[in-house]
Amino acid sequence: MGAAVAAVDRAAFVEWLERVGDNALVLGHRVSEWCGHSPVLEEDIALANQALDLIGQCQLWLGLAGEVEGQGRSADNLAYLRDAAAFRNVLLVERPNGDFGQTLMRQFLFDAFHIELMRALKASSDPRVAEIAAKAEKEVAYHLERSADLVISLGDGTEESRNRMQKALNVLYPYTGEMFHDDATDKAVAEAGIAPLPSSLRAAWDATVREVLEAATLTHPGETYQHGINGAGGGKRGVHSEYLGYILAEMQFLQRAYPGAVW
Amino acid sequence: MSAATRPQIDEIWRWLSQVPDPEIPVISLTDLGIVRDVAWQDDTLVVTVTPTYSGCPATSIINLDIEQALRERGIESIRLERQLSPPWTSDWLTEEGREKLRAYGIAPPIDGTAADGRLAGRIARLAGSSNLTIACPRCGSTHTEKISQFGSTPCKASYRCKDCLEPFDYFKCI
Repeated sequence: MGAAVAAVDRAAFVEWLERVGDNALVLGHRVSEWCGHSPVLEEDIALANQALDLIGQCQLWLGLAGEVEGQGRSADNLAYLRDAAAFRNVLLVERPNGDFGQTLMRQFLFDAFHIELMRALKASSDPRVAEIAAKAEKEVAYHLERSADLVISLGDGTEESRNRMQKALNVLYPYTGEMFHDDATDKAVAEAGIAPLPSSLRAAWDATVREVLEAATLTHPGETYQHGINGAGGGKRGVHSEYLGYILAEMQFLQRAYPGAVW
Repeated sequence: MSAATRPQIDEIWRWLSQVPDPEIPVISLTDLGIVRDVAWQDDTLVVTVTPTYSGCPATSIINLDIEQALRERGIESIRLERQLSPPWTSDWLTEEGREKLRAYGIAPPIDGTAADGRLAGRIARLAGSSNLTIACPRCGSTHTEKISQFGSTPCKASYRCKDCLEPFDYFKCI
């Protein structure tokens, strides 16, 4: 057991790892829902590959969560056998796919955050966290490049595509604040040097988002109400929208119906 | 396997260089640069492998193929270890591997061009000021265009040659 684990409350560390892992898992599942339904073959392949990257990253993060927890739970146990209230992903990633514009805008808003998080985590005091982040960073950079390009092409595209991108932005922007909200868990892992405070990633994210929206000729929604950071709600605390239940029903069915089933 | 009968490490590397990548069988696992270390620990051969992509579906097949290739050579006690750090990069593809890819119709990666998410560079590329050219592996023309950032496997992107009009795969740079 590394020194960093002794220096931080183990429950907080596990909780934080579940947040990072669940974001990748739930977004990966959402993106995989496009498989066989995308507007063109190339996009279908791209989305499936991206889902694969995210689910691969989730295996690493949840695998480490199980290891730090020390109760013999594997990444599969955590993915397939937790109920919705035990999931720690932000609300943004469980938003429905909507149209292609909403899927892409959700991806861009998350990728722009994800890249900053992975970059910062490369300097984590826990070497296991740092090495997963260094691996994931390359994949996330590739995702951001693609989602930003598409937000720009479609925003600065036809009237129809521009309207859809603007609508997607207006719908999703109120779910972005949760990614940068610091709570007790975030503060505990930040104090141990394991992860940056989410709020410290905000400025870089803002700069990326503004630059891309401008190139996309989209209007920044400005200050809006933010879900998940007021009162008792929020995905990071396990208070989810009803959408997560439907995702889990599909994702977990096999393991719930046939416990221990393997390929 | 006693110390006297253990195959030499460079002999084992040679065997591993004959194990094909399951998704692009024209190159070997050592061409791909994913075998990081081979070492004897007492009577056990420890092979350290790094994944290309964290979700690469070929990872478990690769491990099975390594184990099978070594068992066929009479090595009984084998342990496979995963090493994430330093993360694999397409820069590690060997020269020989790149030539094999090209001959097979896949444009090899161009070193040092991995996506880094830096927006200034990306926007410059969008504006067409990039000097990055991917040569068509069939006719050699540099008059090519990207169709999609993702191709038939996680490690490839889709391109098209505007001269010979053939579509081709480009080995992604990460």
